[in-house]
Amino acid sequence: MSAQATKNCITLKGSAQIIVEYLKYGIHSILFQRGIYPAENFDSTQQYGLTILMSKDPKIETFLKNVLSQTEEWLSKNMINKISMVITNAHSKEVLECWDFKMQAEMGDNQSADPTQRTSSKEVLRIQNEIRDVMRQISATVSYLPLLDCICTFDVMIHTLENTELPAKWDETGAIVIQNAQAVQLRSFSTGLHKVETVVNYKMST
Amino acid sequence: MSQFNFVSDLQNALIMDGETRGPAPRWKKKLEASLNGSVNTTRSVLSVSYNTSFSGVQAPTKTPGKSSEGKTKKSNTTPTKTPGGGDRFIPNRAATNFELAHFLVNKDSGDKSDEENDKATTSNSNESNVQASAHKGERQKLLSEVTQVPGDSNGGRILCYQNKAPAAPESHTNPLKVVYSIKTPISTKSGSRYIPTTSERILDAPDFINDYYLNLMDWSGDNIVAVALGSCVYLWNAASGNIEQLTEFEEGDYAGSLSWIQEGQILAIGNSTGAVELWDCSKVKRLRVMDGHSARVGSLAWNSFLVSSGSRDGTIIHHDVRSREHKISSLAGHTQEVCGLKWSTDFKYLASGGNDNLVNVWSLASSGVGTASEALHKFNEHQAAVRALAWCPWQPSTLASGGGTADRCIKFWNVNNGSLIKSVDSKSQVCSLLFSRHYKELISAHGFANNQLTIWKYPTMVKQADLTGHTSRVLQMAMSPDGSTVISAGADETLRLWNCFAPDPLAAKKSASVNSKAKQSVFRQSIR
Repeated sequence: MSAQATKNCITLKGSAQIIVEYLKYGIHSILFQRGIYPAENFDSTQQYGLTILMSKDPKIETFLKNVLSQTEEWLSKNMINKISMVITNAHSKEVLECWDFKMQAEMGDNQSADPTQRTSSKEVLRIQNEIRDVMRQISATVSYLPLLDCICTFDVMIHTLENTELPAKWDETGAIVIQNAQAVQLRSFSTGLHKVETVVNYKMST
Repeated sequence: MSQFNFVSDLQNALIMDGETRGPAPRWKKKLEASLNGSVNTTRSVLSVSYNTSFSGVQAPTKTPGKSSEGKTKKSNTTPTKTPGGGDRFIPNRAATNFELAHFLVNKDSGDKSDEENDKATTSNSNESNVQASAHKGERQKLLSEVTQVPGDSNGGRILCYQNKAPAAPESHTNPLKVVYSIKTPISTKSGSRYIPTTSERILDAPDFINDYYLNLMDWSGDNIVAVALGSCVYLWNAASGNIEQLTEFEEGDYAGSLSWIQEGQILAIGNSTGAVELWDCSKVKRLRVMDGHSARVGSLAWNSFLVSSGSRDGTIIHHDVRSREHKISSLAGHTQEVCGLKWSTDFKYLASGGNDNLVNVWSLASSGVGTASEALHKFNEHQAAVRALAWCPWQPSTLASGGGTADRCIKFWNVNNGSLIKSVDSKSQVCSLLFSRHYKELISAHGFANNQLTIWKYPTMVKQADLTGHTSRVLQMAMSPDGSTVISAGADETLRLWNCFAPDPLAAKKSASVNSKAKQSVFRQSIR
């Protein structure tokens, strides 16, 4: 590869990496901010110029690692419409909250018809700043989202294209419905190849 | 602001139900405030127009069916001055599918009669759901289901991983519960001294703007309290009790911050247009206007002839009030509104807090005027906007900062090495912090649930007393020049005076006698 080409361009794979990284920090941050797991089980790390609290529960870590590595593979083939992080009551299985990360493929710079050939010259720093703004909004949602006053668990659902093959250890599920829901859209960011919108759907208390 | 007025006028004109135009009367605002509870209602021109257009609706419940169309419009046209859109959330209804929902509702009312018996269907298919709706409550629920019809999920699979994440341990309780649950005021630990827990005096402060990002009160060295109420600025002489109106801003504008010079009667007012005005309060005369900001000035701090201003545009500007070219430098360390600004007690550092959850510490410039353009420390540990800042009078390198609702922590920093000394969860939004000069204590002002002032022992951070009385969050505090009294301004439109740091009469006597003895001995020495 020539020096020019390596200088500053994001491929579809790189874009998928950036998004998966955002999902990782975003999901961990939601787990902490919404108080789903005990605060003692979180460690702080620095990312995007923010302090983000990451769960150190090995089960959560491996779950997210498995899910996100598969997500990255699908994302780099543009096979994902939406990723939903669903928070449910662990006892009644009622869905209380759903964080949607909507993916939109973008054309990039060269407008190539073949997605694997597309590149984006958007600066990584700029993308990270956009992500930081979304992360800040996520931590600020605490002020209006209802209290999750029960033992909760979470799951990640991936909305893929029709022709996606089901990998081992994966299942197909139905869509989830939140009763009496309210949706708030947070900011979006874009890598040039993917645009990611973050929306939180929550159950309004009576 | 003129374009906003236009938008609000336009909206008022569109209302057909004969509501009162212009800003809502005070009783209505109060009613709304009590309905909203702890929701942060800002009373800018903008939100006034919002309020009036919805005042017909009995309570601000967000039933999608009732106010849907007006609100979607609103969220599209809401202009924000904060760079990059700001952090305040107005639910974006773009995520809900109103066209489809509206269609389904209309269709429902049309062929309701022949579908009446079709009640049994409660599956996910949304059309049959809506058609089955019988009475209002149920119908509303169904509506909300319809409105979240995912438009993009037609065709496609939803996959999930088989090994699920674990549920939280059974003993776990959500730590956020403290934010939501109202408890009776906590019995305070008996301290070493008597602290009166009721306010000494209550002043009425009608139209005090309930905005977390503004600093609307200050107490001068000459014992005068300046306070901004609505578009006016008033001076209250704490010694005589005289009240004087200093100025009134034109329709739509207001003071965003007030700050007295260290000595004398010069008051700096940062206004909503982004200018900093200097007033000589002994003559009730405006001395000069210093512009430079593109958005409202929400925080001010004096350092002798220098006044630093923090604005909604994210910048901090140092103004030299003596010279014609007043602008010394502009600091771009925040990406959002700067709502806290304090010079250290030795005037070597400037601390700033912003809506971007950052606390920046700026060191004095090598020239001795203003600060270096790069922040010395950037503390990003707070999880919410930082407005409360205070420097320790007896340890000049110690800074205390308090975060908003999502954070609720009071953190102490050593600015010499940039380390976090201590962090205490106050269990409520921290709106203001002050260190006492007589005692090694500090006082913090809080919001929901108890709206109290809390006195803490420093550095142990043992709670000494809770001063309750405010019925809405306490936005601002200032200390009297003798350091014995604290005045607090609450969103309940009252100012309350607390005699919480009165010097201990025994200690005062003792120190007086020590002083007289010291004088004697010096006198004797000189004879010898």
